[in-house]
Amino acid sequence: MSQQFAGDPHDPRYRSAPPEQREFTTISGEPVRQTYTPADLAAIGFDYARDLNDPGHFPFTRGVHETMYRGKLWTMRMFAGFGSAEETNARFRYLLEHGETGLSIAFDLPTLYGRDTDDPLAAGEFGKCGVAVASLADMEILLEGIPLDEVTTSMTINGPAAAIWAMYIAAAERRGIPRAQLRGTLQNDILKEFTAQNEYIFPPAPSMRLVTDTIEFATREMPLWNSISISGYHIREAGSTATEELAFTLADGIAYVEAALERGLDIDAFAPRLSFFFNCHNDFFEEIAKFRAARRIWARLMRDRFGAKSERSCWMRFHTQTAGCSLTAQEPENNIIRTTIQALAGVLGGTQSLHTNSLDEALALPSDWAVRIALRTQQIIAYESGVTNAVDPLAGSYMVETLTHEMEQRVLAIFAEIEALGGVIPAIEQGYFQRRIADSAYAYEQALSDQRKIVVGVNAFRSDEEPHIPFLNMDPKGEERQLERLRRVRAERDPHAWALALERLERVTAARENVMPALIDAVNAYATLGEITNTMRAVLGEHRALVVV
Amino acid sequence: MLNTVEPNAEVPPRVGPIRVLIAKPGLDGHDRGAKVMARALRDAGMEVIYTGLFQTPEMIARAALDEDVDVIGLSILSGAHRALFPRIFQELRAAGLDDVLVVAGGTIPDEDVAALKEIGVAAVFGPGTPIETAVRFIRENAPNRSTV
Amino acid sequence: MNDRSTVLQQLIEQFERGERRALARLLSLVENEHPVGLSAMAALYRRTGHAEVVGVTGPPGAGKSTLTNALIRAWRTRGRSVGVLAVDPSSSLTGGATLGDRIRMLENWADDRVYIRSMATRGQMGGLSTAVGASIHLLDAFGFDTVCVETVGVGQDEVDIAEVADTVLLLQVPGLGDSIQTIKAGILEIADILVVNKADAAGAAEVVRDLRNMLRLGEQRAWVPPIVETVATEFTGIDNLVSQIERHQAFLSASGEGAARLARRLRAEVARLARRQLTAHIDAVIASNAVDETLIQLETREIDPLSAARIVARIAADRLSESASVAG
Repeated sequence: MSQQFAGDPHDPRYRSAPPEQREFTTISGEPVRQTYTPADLAAIGFDYARDLNDPGHFPFTRGVHETMYRGKLWTMRMFAGFGSAEETNARFRYLLEHGETGLSIAFDLPTLYGRDTDDPLAAGEFGKCGVAVASLADMEILLEGIPLDEVTTSMTINGPAAAIWAMYIAAAERRGIPRAQLRGTLQNDILKEFTAQNEYIFPPAPSMRLVTDTIEFATREMPLWNSISISGYHIREAGSTATEELAFTLADGIAYVEAALERGLDIDAFAPRLSFFFNCHNDFFEEIAKFRAARRIWARLMRDRFGAKSERSCWMRFHTQTAGCSLTAQEPENNIIRTTIQALAGVLGGTQSLHTNSLDEALALPSDWAVRIALRTQQIIAYESGVTNAVDPLAGSYMVETLTHEMEQRVLAIFAEIEALGGVIPAIEQGYFQRRIADSAYAYEQALSDQRKIVVGVNAFRSDEEPHIPFLNMDPKGEERQLERLRRVRAERDPHAWALALERLERVTAARENVMPALIDAVNAYATLGEITNTMRAVLGEHRALVVV
Repeated sequence: MLNTVEPNAEVPPRVGPIRVLIAKPGLDGHDRGAKVMARALRDAGMEVIYTGLFQTPEMIARAALDEDVDVIGLSILSGAHRALFPRIFQELRAAGLDDVLVVAGGTIPDEDVAALKEIGVAAVFGPGTPIETAVRFIRENAPNRSTV
Repeated sequence: MNDRSTVLQQLIEQFERGERRALARLLSLVENEHPVGLSAMAALYRRTGHAEVVGVTGPPGAGKSTLTNALIRAWRTRGRSVGVLAVDPSSSLTGGATLGDRIRMLENWADDRVYIRSMATRGQMGGLSTAVGASIHLLDAFGFDTVCVETVGVGQDEVDIAEVADTVLLLQVPGLGDSIQTIKAGILEIADILVVNKADAAGAAEVVRDLRNMLRLGEQRAWVPPIVETVATEFTGIDNLVSQIERHQAFLSASGEGAARLARRLRAEVARLARRQLTAHIDAVIASNAVDETLIQLETREIDPLSAARIVARIAADRLSESASVAG
């Protein structure tokens, strides 16, 4: 089929190829019909009250709130972090000054793996993909001058999530803000690390226990905090299709719910604080269908499978990030347009918060200039485009409803496969997710190779112009400053309180008690992230991944 | 003395497939590119040894030595290449692996490419490089060490 | 030719001094049937005969690599050096392969007395590549106390492994569907030790019971394969497994079974290599213009395909004996 037009799309044959010889599929490879009609809705037995219902009503296909963006715009939340705590703190203040409404902290790789800045494996990684936070001292500087009782904070951290959260809580309480007032989200989604992003520390079973500890702690003590952000974003970035992203994410969600129920928590006590995080790629309608199907599937799961009584338990609330993997290093200005299309799909899909990628992210860490354009993109959609006036404006579209239905059906089929393997963790151990993601990534790459899929400026419509965009320059003194602070923390802390806190942490970890109180004590005693992780690793073990090529 | 039959002109010695080590140095867990590359090289008829994640320079050199690879592909997206690559080459030289073709892929800014080439990286395949470009480069530049 | 013999001489000297690089190079040259490799084998074969060769096979997902990893640790604690060959299938379409992805995660990567090498089957008919046998000889000659060969249990490989290993471990694992029921005829016969890995998982007891029943149904043999339960990820049962391997080795030498097996194995190896020599010559003859006349006669139906084949075989056999006498 591809033979018909393999070659440069400048070639007139590309456009003149008869439609029946071209491939009309979504970016995920799903077929799209030429025209959708009322017959398509009839064929899927479309029923407004059952399948859609009004916004704010079960199954919430059209949105979790009746008034949606009329009542409250989505949170404009820009993922940020690089270098030392000082530099990232400055970026946060810059973003808040420019109208950002929520913080989102990116940590550097050593932090993401629970390692201190001076760990041998951290060589060369300081501050590269986010900010380094090795102790409470770093966290306090990172949050300096930021009104923690007003903003909501999202933290992208998974393996050492509990310890980093403990630092955030401790930093706020030292400033007199009680933990019960804190609002924000801990990503804390370890399952997708095993399947897609590989930022794990402990094996799956003890990792699940730590996640459940945090869910339990939030349920008891931090009613405004989202204890987990069940994430498809990284699954998609690793190469999955839209369907796989949704199915794997929801399957992970089911596993967390089951673990919390097993702990003895009441579904309606914790489910309202579960949140989700999706990717938004270029295929406009497929993405909108994905978001709508997500809400419907989750609502039905919560009510019918887990017996949730509260409507809030059935709400799927999610954050969206435009697709990092869609950005190109070639002609980076084009990324502004890609990001705009993706952001619009996220908004039409009813997202609760949104991060828009900066145009330079395929090349480097984003500069202030590039981040501002990305933030402005959201503001233009919010305040100029008019798309926020009506809720779920695409409802009833023959195409969108059909795609939503098809997405739902494919997701349910994947659920069945995972269950046949014994659930999410056995499926991880057998490499099911890893293999599917690698297969899809390779299939997409092959589609680019023979130009069945086009990426403008990359495999078609290329120009040889060198990009002219300013890059972020990191403070070369940042790493030195960070290492010096780490040395000072170790030298100046009270050794008795420190040893006692780690001793308690080890005991509590081994006794399978909730680790959160001991972690808060440990960070207050200035135990470093590496020390905390090593203490826990000695008890919980280390994950050794099955390598699936 | 069964294996000593000298092959005559009509039974030419077989030159084996190109052996490639795909390695992920450092702490970066993003293995999408490494896996796509491993599959593409396999489909191009090469034998690919994938190290998995979190490889130290010493581990990479040891794997390259034991597996007697012709090519090493380093995939890195974290930005730690400036710190790690010189150490990898130091280890490779210490192991006597001077004739191995080393290529790199991932997010490596243009301004770093020259420095990497200076220490011995034969090619850097940045984001958006068509896979066939990388495959062709490896096929054309892999040392043929059967010519002894 | 002079260059080549210098290289050969150097490699052999380095190999004999225990240099890893020479071992690694020679494994490639042997696998590629390079003249230097073939001559090196001729020179080094006399050094073989000391290693115990242990085969590890079983279905994908049974945890073979994890078990191998655990075995390496146990052998090292006992002071034994270990060479490992991890064999994976080549793609029949492209000849390429992805290899060793699992075994490279191992903890013993820095240990100078552990050597791990990945090999592809390279599309050999009937399972293990002939190069596996030659590679085992090289690792043996290099001085490893144990040579461990790990193969994926698909196709013929798990039967072939009995042709190269002294002791064959057959892995089973609960939760891979009804794998016990689908154990192919003949596979149980080649197993010297049955390992039920992931023995802490649900269904493990059933796997053990099924294996025991199958053993009871089989004919009585002097060696009854023990069933060893392991949890390789936690090193549980590994000491017992190593003891069972040692017990099997002792049985082999005490009963005379070892000598009988060795004789059978040498015969099989010679047959395999001889077949390969013949095949190579047949392929060469077929590709040459020596058969043009035969093929024309076949096309015009003057002769039938079998007669044509016998003509080709005769020419190939003639060339083979010619080359053998040159070499001899």
